[in-house]
Amino acid sequence: MHLVTDLFQYSFMVRAFLAGVIVAIIAPLIGSFLVVRRISFIADALSHVALTGVAIGLLIGVNPLITTIFCTIITAYIIEEIRSSEHISAESILAMILPGGLALALILMSVANGFNANLFSYLFGSITTVTQQDVWIIVALGVGIVSVLLLFYRQFTYTSFDEESARASGIPVRLVNQVFMALIALTVSLAMKVVGALLIGALMIIPVITAMQIVKGFKVSIIFSVITALISVMGGLVFSYYANLPAGATIVIVSILIFIITSFVRKAGYR
Amino acid sequence: MTTPSIISLRNIVFGYGDEKVLDGLNTEIVQGDFVGLVGHNGSGKSTLLKIILGVLQPQKGMVKLFGVPIEKFTHWEKIGYIPQKAGLAVSHVPITVEEVVKMEKTEEREVDEALAAVDMLIFKKKLLRELSGGQQQRVFIARALVKNPQLLILDEPTVGVDIQTQEKFYALMQKLNHTFHLTLLLVSHDIHTISHQVHCVMQLDKKTIPYETNTCRITHSHSTHALSH
Repeated sequence: MHLVTDLFQYSFMVRAFLAGVIVAIIAPLIGSFLVVRRISFIADALSHVALTGVAIGLLIGVNPLITTIFCTIITAYIIEEIRSSEHISAESILAMILPGGLALALILMSVANGFNANLFSYLFGSITTVTQQDVWIIVALGVGIVSVLLLFYRQFTYTSFDEESARASGIPVRLVNQVFMALIALTVSLAMKVVGALLIGALMIIPVITAMQIVKGFKVSIIFSVITALISVMGGLVFSYYANLPAGATIVIVSILIFIITSFVRKAGYR
Repeated sequence: MTTPSIISLRNIVFGYGDEKVLDGLNTEIVQGDFVGLVGHNGSGKSTLLKIILGVLQPQKGMVKLFGVPIEKFTHWEKIGYIPQKAGLAVSHVPITVEEVVKMEKTEEREVDEALAAVDMLIFKKKLLRELSGGQQQRVFIARALVKNPQLLILDEPTVGVDIQTQEKFYALMQKLNHTFHLTLLLVSHDIHTISHQVHCVMQLDKKTIPYETNTCRITHSHSTHALSH
């Protein structure tokens, strides 16, 4: 127990836990709907665009979290517009956006030589460098994301499961999709500091598929996925601190271990 | 007293590029009708359905739902819609029957009533993917019924189901039409089966059907034809 409480002597760890908890709640919340819509890949695509946002922030001297939010929201909006109006599949759009985001980030890095090391921390996460300003932004936006999802849960669920019927039922599907894309963009931006751009997708999806294989009911699966993500983040942070390992990667490995364990438990239950 | 109009289509024209799919279509479906909309692939069934549901706007013509021009129509709760592939979209997610119906309305009593109307109340807590195709279809019908619609539109409801399930399905449709006084519009490519079940058939096929017939309160031009029995 002391191992955990000792951590909170350090303010950077308190900030890390706060940011981690918020991200552990919102990532699987949004991820659940991504899995339903079969667009899990979008988190990875937007996380690469997020790197462009980081590069811009570092280049112009603004908090990269703010520029990242702008970049990902604009890209999410473009993805939704193309998906809904053109005959291009979501998969193809994402396959274009992912390398595009990374390429732009690399170009910006090369233009402004000198912040490669800083950008590296965004690639793989650097939760212990979360600033107080980051924490405020993450908490405020995190609460906003959860509130919007709770308020419009029925509309998001209906649209995610069956867009045609939802439209016929009078739900403003286009607006719901645009808001949802903005929520994904925000989640990706907020999660980047915690697990890193390359690992965001994992935190949004692995807890969800872990939950979906053992529980009965969509709502229950969301709750269980949040619990799984919280255990992954907390466990990952504590373990990484004492084993001197990268936090983001450890969090993802813990979530994969939970997935493997639940798979065995489920299979054992069938026997 | 005239029977209230549910769907009214006047001179509907719609095409993709230069090719006209619907060319001067006129249709009137009134309260209590049980109409089958049939046609081969590419005949314009899906297009017409999208126009009725407000997803597509016709290039020419006027659509009225419940006597109101579709641009001003807001009472979508009056229309229940069951798409063709509703079940397939959710097979990868552990969603329960109850949760599917609650996408439309969350009141417990009304959810139970809708499930009871399609004889699916005992499956309320079951996962949708644990049910057969026919049972899943009943769940989606319950979802449409929970908002007490006056019109039910079903897109290819009997594709890929066996004869027994088809019979049960049509028995349910007759019950909804007679007992619950629902107006039904069934879209199908199978004219032989559907023609024995519905009040009248509207056949969409501009290449082979002659211009203008008038049966079963449905009038047609260019691209539609009605068979009554």
